Amino acid sequence: MTDLRLPTHASPDSYQRPTGLRAVVHDGRIVAWRNLVQLTRTPGLIIFTLIQPVMFVVLFNYVFGGAIGAALPPGISYAQFLIPGVMVQALVFGSSTTSVGLADDLQKGIVDRFRSLPIARSAVLAGRITADTVRLAVVAFVIVTVGMLVGFRFEGGLLLGIVMVFVAVAFGSAMCWVQANIGLLVPNVETAQTAGFVWLFPVVFISSVFTPVQTMPTWLQVVARNNPVTLVANLQRALSLGEPPAGSTWASMATPVALWIVGLVAVFAPLAVRSYRKV
Amino acid sequence: MPPIIEVEDLHKRFGETQALDGVTLAVDEGTVLGLLGPNGAGKTTAVRVLATLILADSGRAVVDGHDVHQRPDLVRPVIGLTGQYAAVDEKLTGAENLHMVGRLLGMPRRVAERRADELLERFSLSDAGDRQVGTYSGGMRRRVDLAVSLVGRPRVLFLDEPTTGLDPASRLELWGITRELVGDGTTVLLTTQYLDEADELADRIVVIDHGRVIEEGTADELKDRTGGRTLQVTLGDADQLDDASRRLDGFGDDAISVDRDKVTLRVAVGTDTELAARAVAELASAGIVVEDFHLDRPSLDDVFLALTGHAPTGAAPEEPAP
Ligand SMILES: Nc1ncnc2c1ncn2[C@@H]1O[C@H](COP(=O)(O)OP(=O)(O)OP(=O)(O)O)[C@@H](O)[C@H]1O
Ligand SMILES: [Mg+2]
Repeated sequence: MTDLRLPTHASPDSYQRPTGLRAVVHDGRIVAWRNLVQLTRTPGLIIFTLIQPVMFVVLFNYVFGGAIGAALPPGISYAQFLIPGVMVQALVFGSSTTSVGLADDLQKGIVDRFRSLPIARSAVLAGRITADTVRLAVVAFVIVTVGMLVGFRFEGGLLLGIVMVFVAVAFGSAMCWVQANIGLLVPNVETAQTAGFVWLFPVVFISSVFTPVQTMPTWLQVVARNNPVTLVANLQRALSLGEPPAGSTWASMATPVALWIVGLVAVFAPLAVRSYRKV
Repeated sequence: MPPIIEVEDLHKRFGETQALDGVTLAVDEGTVLGLLGPNGAGKTTAVRVLATLILADSGRAVVDGHDVHQRPDLVRPVIGLTGQYAAVDEKLTGAENLHMVGRLLGMPRRVAERRADELLERFSLSDAGDRQVGTYSGGMRRRVDLAVSLVGRPRVLFLDEPTTGLDPASRLELWGITRELVGDGTTVLLTTQYLDEADELADRIVVIDHGRVIEEGTADELKDRTGGRTLQVTLGDADQLDDASRRLDGFGDDAISVDRDKVTLRVAVGTDTELAARAVAELASAGIVVEDFHLDRPSLDDVFLALTGHAPTGAAPEEPAP
C-alpha cells in the first residue's frame, strides 16, 4: 500500500523548495508551462489568436487601403502604415485573455489550490503573464509574416525590425498586468470577457493605429496624440522605416513609450499581487 | 499534546451575512473531525480560514502550532485542501496536474513523476492518467482532486464536502481512502451535509448552523443527547398487533406507531433501556409471539432535525459563493 502521507521525520524523498526570488522564477516557470500547455489544447483560442490578426491585415489593407493611403505622407504605402498599427491593436486586445484566464482560474478554484500551496505569492500572476507574453509574441510574428505578403518591409533592417516587435510585445505584456487586476476583481468569467475587452475599443481606436491622427476632429486629436497606443504605433512605424519622422528623434519617441511600459508594470503589478493575496 | 487544529471564537462577515459567528473547535492529531451543517452554515468559510485562503474578522485559528493569520507560510506546507468543487486543470491530464503540484512543492522532475504515478495507481486512475481531466467523470475528478491535495503528504487534510454528488460506490471508495489516510496518521477535518458520512468517518462531530456551533461530541453522544431510543418489536402474528399495542401503551412517551405490513410496532422509550426490557417481557408473558425486537438509536437525521429545526439536506442548495 502506498504511503499517502508524510512521515513526520524522514520523508521518502527529500527535496527542498527554492527561496526568495529563485522561488518566484521556479514557480512562475511551472505556472507558465501550465498555461502554455492549456493554450495549445484550446484549438479555438489558437485559431482566434492567429486568424484575427490575419483578417485585420487583409481586410484593412484592401478595404481601407485606398481611402486612407491617400492621406498618408508620400512614399509610405498603407501596408507600411498598417502593420505596426495592427500589431499594437492585436496585442492590446490580446491582453484581455489575461483577465479572462485569471477569472476562469478563480471561478474553478484553481487559484484557491495555488494559494493553499506553499509557493511564491506572485508566481501565479507572473506565470500567467509570461505565458500570455509568449502568445503575444507569436501573434506579432504572424502579423509580420502576413504583412510581408501584402508589401510590408523592415526598411531599416532586421535589427530595428526585431526591436519594433519587441516594443509591441513589451507594451502588450504591460497591458496584461492591467488586465490581471480586472481578472481578479470581477466576479466571474462572463464579466471578465466584457470588462477586459470593452474599454480597449476607445484605447485602440482613438489612436493612430488605423488612421493618421490629422484626419480626426481637433478635440479628439489631443486624446489620440497622447494615447500610449499612438506613441507605441508611431515608434513602431519609425522603427520599421529605419528613421524617426521629421522633427522627432529616437529618444523623443522611445522615452515616453518606455515610461508608459515601466509605469504600467510598476503600478499594476503590485496592485495585482495585492488583490491576488486577498481574493 | 495540544490539538493540531485549534479554532477559537472565529468570526467572519460577508456584507450582510455573518458566515462565522464565534466558532470554537479543536481537533487532535490523527483524528477526524466532522463539521456538519446545512447549506450556508459556514462550513466552507471555516475551511477557507484554516487553509489560509481568507482572513477571519476576529478570533484565532492555529494549525500545527502556527497561527493561520500570522504565519500562513508555515501552515501551508502542513495542509492539504480538497475544496467543495474540484480544483483541477481540465486541460491538463491527471498525471500533469499531479506532476505540476509536485514540481511546485520543490520536487525534482523524477520524484514528482514517481509521486504522480503512485497516487494515480492508488486512486485507480492509472489508465486515465494520460487523459485530460476534462474528459473525466465526476467521481474521477473528485479522486484526482483529492490526489492532488495529497502530493505533498500533508499532515492535516481539509475535505470540504468530498462526496457531494458522487454515486454510492465512489462514496464508499472515498470513505475507504479517508480511513486509510487516518490510519497513516493524517488529521482530517471533513465538512459534510450527510449525517451517515459524519457517523461513518468522524471521531468527533461539530454541528454548526448560522455560523455557530450548536452541538458537539461523538456520534453516539449526539444521538444520546438529543433523544431517547425507540423500541421496535416485530410480531409473528398480525392478529395480535392491537393487543400488543394496548399492552405497550404504558411504556412509551408518545403514541405507538403500528406498521401492519411489517407487523411491527415502534415505541419511544426515552433513555431508559430497562423500560424497554420490561416492555418486551410484558408482551412475552401475555402470550404474544415476538419474532424480533431491537432498540434503535435515533439516526443522526433525527438529531440534526432536533438541533437545527430543519432537515439536513432538504433545503434547496444556495448559490455557491464566487
Ligand atoms: N465570498 C462570499 N461573499 C459573500 N457571501 C459569502 C461568501 N462566502 C460565503 N458567503 C455566505 O456565507 C454563508 C456561509 O457560507 P459557506 O459557504 O461557508 O456555507 P457552507 O456551510 O459551506 O454551505 P454549503 O453547504 O452550501 O457549501 C452563506 O450565507 C454564504 O452565502
Ligand atoms: Mg460549502
